[in-house]
Amino acid sequence: MGSADLVGADAPERPRRPRWAVWGERALETIIRLSGVSAIIFVLAIFFFVFREAAPVLFNGHFNILQFLFSTAWYPTSESNIRYGTFALTLGSFSVTALAMALAVPFGLGAAIYISEFSGPKQKETLKVIIELLAAIPSVVWGFIGLTIMNKIIVAVTGAPVGVNLLNGGIILALMSVPIIVSIGEDALKAVPDSYREAALAIGTTKWQLIYRVLFPAAKNGLLAAVLLGVGRAVGETMAVLMATGHAVQIPHGVLDSVRTLTANIAAELGEAAAGSDHYRVLFLTGVLLFCITFAVNLTADFVIRGVRRK
Amino acid sequence: MADRTAIAAPFTQTAFGRRKERYQRIAQWVFLGMALAMIIPLVSIVAFLIYRAAPSLNWNFLVDIPRHGMRDGGIWPALVGTFYLVGISLAVAAPIGVLAAIYLNEYAGDNWFNRLINLAVINLAGVPSIVHALFGLGAFVYAARFGYSIISASLTLAIMTLPVIIASTREALASVPQSFREACWNVGATRWQTIKAVVLPNSISGILTGVILQVSRAAGETAPIMFTGAVFYKAVQRGDFFPYHLTDQCMALSMHLYTLATQVPDVKESVSYATAVVLLGVVLLVNAGAIALRIWMRNRKRW
Amino acid sequence: MPLPSKTIEIEDLRLAYGVKEVLHGISFDIFRHEIFAVIGPAQSGKTSLLRCLNRTIDFTPNATVNGSIKVDGQDIRRGDIYSLRRKIGMVAPLPVGLPMSIYDNVAFAPRCAGLSQKSRLDDLVEKCLRQAALWDEVKERLLSLGTALSGGQQQRLTIARALSHQPEILCLDEFSIAIDPVTTMRIEDVLKELKKEITIILVTNLTHQARRLADRTLFLWNGEIVELDRTETVFSNNPGSKKTYDYVNGTFG
Repeated sequence: MGSADLVGADAPERPRRPRWAVWGERALETIIRLSGVSAIIFVLAIFFFVFREAAPVLFNGHFNILQFLFSTAWYPTSESNIRYGTFALTLGSFSVTALAMALAVPFGLGAAIYISEFSGPKQKETLKVIIELLAAIPSVVWGFIGLTIMNKIIVAVTGAPVGVNLLNGGIILALMSVPIIVSIGEDALKAVPDSYREAALAIGTTKWQLIYRVLFPAAKNGLLAAVLLGVGRAVGETMAVLMATGHAVQIPHGVLDSVRTLTANIAAELGEAAAGSDHYRVLFLTGVLLFCITFAVNLTADFVIRGVRRK
Repeated sequence: MADRTAIAAPFTQTAFGRRKERYQRIAQWVFLGMALAMIIPLVSIVAFLIYRAAPSLNWNFLVDIPRHGMRDGGIWPALVGTFYLVGISLAVAAPIGVLAAIYLNEYAGDNWFNRLINLAVINLAGVPSIVHALFGLGAFVYAARFGYSIISASLTLAIMTLPVIIASTREALASVPQSFREACWNVGATRWQTIKAVVLPNSISGILTGVILQVSRAAGETAPIMFTGAVFYKAVQRGDFFPYHLTDQCMALSMHLYTLATQVPDVKESVSYATAVVLLGVVLLVNAGAIALRIWMRNRKRW
Repeated sequence: MPLPSKTIEIEDLRLAYGVKEVLHGISFDIFRHEIFAVIGPAQSGKTSLLRCLNRTIDFTPNATVNGSIKVDGQDIRRGDIYSLRRKIGMVAPLPVGLPMSIYDNVAFAPRCAGLSQKSRLDDLVEKCLRQAALWDEVKERLLSLGTALSGGQQQRLTIARALSHQPEILCLDEFSIAIDPVTTMRIEDVLKELKKEITIILVTNLTHQARRLADRTLFLWNGEIVELDRTETVFSNNPGSKKTYDYVNGTFG
């Protein structure tokens, strides 16, 4: 052997890292790995602790899961006949979300198209900053705006007796979900290669045709994901809908009816429900339901987005 | 004939060409209109809020305590409470979030386990704030026996805002060119030495941006703290900087705005508007800081 | 002439990215103090071969390496990965000045290895920069940014950095594609000088460069060895394989 010393003659002895540095690095990398796993732990913990508070009510004998999901009778504090039906609340959540999306999707995608296809660099920068600021406005401020400004506007315009209703909540939620739709939608449009645009413009298409014949099909998945994330945001929103939608547990028949959503219901009643009571546990069960809904929406959005990347 | 003229002067516009251009201009205006439809309400709403808040917006409003059953006076206890909540949640979320992002961007390979982590981060960001509140109540207030306290509320906020830090830190780390890392590995640097010497110094402003965004998010949240540690009212001395213990409940700006708007009758109008403006101002200022930092950082790239 | 001793022994090396195999079981030895050239068209696995050698391939997800590589008789998969990389200097095709000062660029590797003594670092930095023929150009501004240097200077800085951890083997991966011919010639002179102390592996698709510098030349094509022989033989009118003759004379590839 002895092969190494052939060179070793004039090469100086190799320096060594001090032991503490090696061990310190190893410890730090362990902490880094643990932090990486923390996200999984937190998601599981959220499900576990929320479900743990809810679970007893599922097995107490007189709780009916079908009634919980499909009855519209929500009388948690009734003297004689307590019933926990969340269907009206679920419908409330979906109607507000649907209205918000009907308003936010066209405007959000329109704005995304404008930013991505029409605006110059400076204008683009400005618009993106404004959208970022729009996204930063806290939901309680949105709720306050709904309760005060939007309330008065709706009363004045429609002549409805109260202005806190489905329409109000829908508009507020639309304004809140537009930023996420714009930013994800713009990402999707940006991901369409410029060669598509050049090829289309080279054969003399107009921008209209370019947008709906080339960009929409190419960015389809990304735009869909943008809408889904907007839905996720709207379904989960709490304070704004709590303050802006009125507070009636009912199936809405028009946009001027008051509604209550799953989220707002928890926020409104959790403070009054005694810890450990059935009412309290049913509210946690509603939380589990919400967790599952948003989980499904976000998962779908993620798969849709990753479908784009794989292509 | 149309064909002839086209050949004779190939660049003069045909009727068809003019129509096309008109369409084009219409398209531009339509989409600009859609973009403006979001911006104009924002600006006018903020202007209106400030206009209504004006009578109460002064220094005294910031440092005074609420008076007359919260119908008048200032917001000092809420301001300090928000400061406490944000500070503690930041101290918890920032290290975990930054390290988690380092793991995801620098260590994690492309396998099922790391895809699972990614999925968890995405879902953590999507969990509704009220579900976080339920989690905080079940986990920190009851299971961990922290009770209704600043510590419970801050921890809930920390977990809720973790994805904000992870996402922006990852983006910052990913913007450091891979060739730098490979150059370091080639000379025998360990992963951590590489991260410390090259990756972190060149992404630190991006990481800071994420941390700042966490602050803005945490300051504005209401639902997660509503059932874990924030209260309607807490008696505090005017201008007292240390009115709370970690195990106390506290007031918070966002919660205070909700209370004034929905729970207290006959509040002096300018007081609730001013509370909204202060909360909005804090959040937007912090965000503007993050944006400014990002622009500054872009102008001094070193490669 | 004493019998040349082997410094690298490669046996049946196979490398796959996912399911796509890029090196199909190659075996050869490299002798101490020779300049060993690897030539071949793009995509033939030259760079991947180098990445196997210093195990940076380990940090690439989905890459699987089979077969054995021994450096100085020791299987590289056994020993410490970081000492292995210090033993092997690596110069990438595109110059990479790290975003730190010129001094720190060169001092980075020894510092990582645990050297912190200022005077020894100073000496080492000067020695490496001189070896890379860069010292005279930068000695006045050692504290300015490495990324601010010109392309050719950055490539010499990269070489200085590769020498800074005192490697016994220096790998250069198409080092001249981003720099001008004059600088290339200067670096080639540097390599001839370095050859007295260390082994040099030169990956290049400039066949003339291999002809000028190398003692032995390996012709790699599609992950397989076509020919490995003394450089004079490979570039003669009568190499072992018709394919080599065609490639070297530009009729294919």
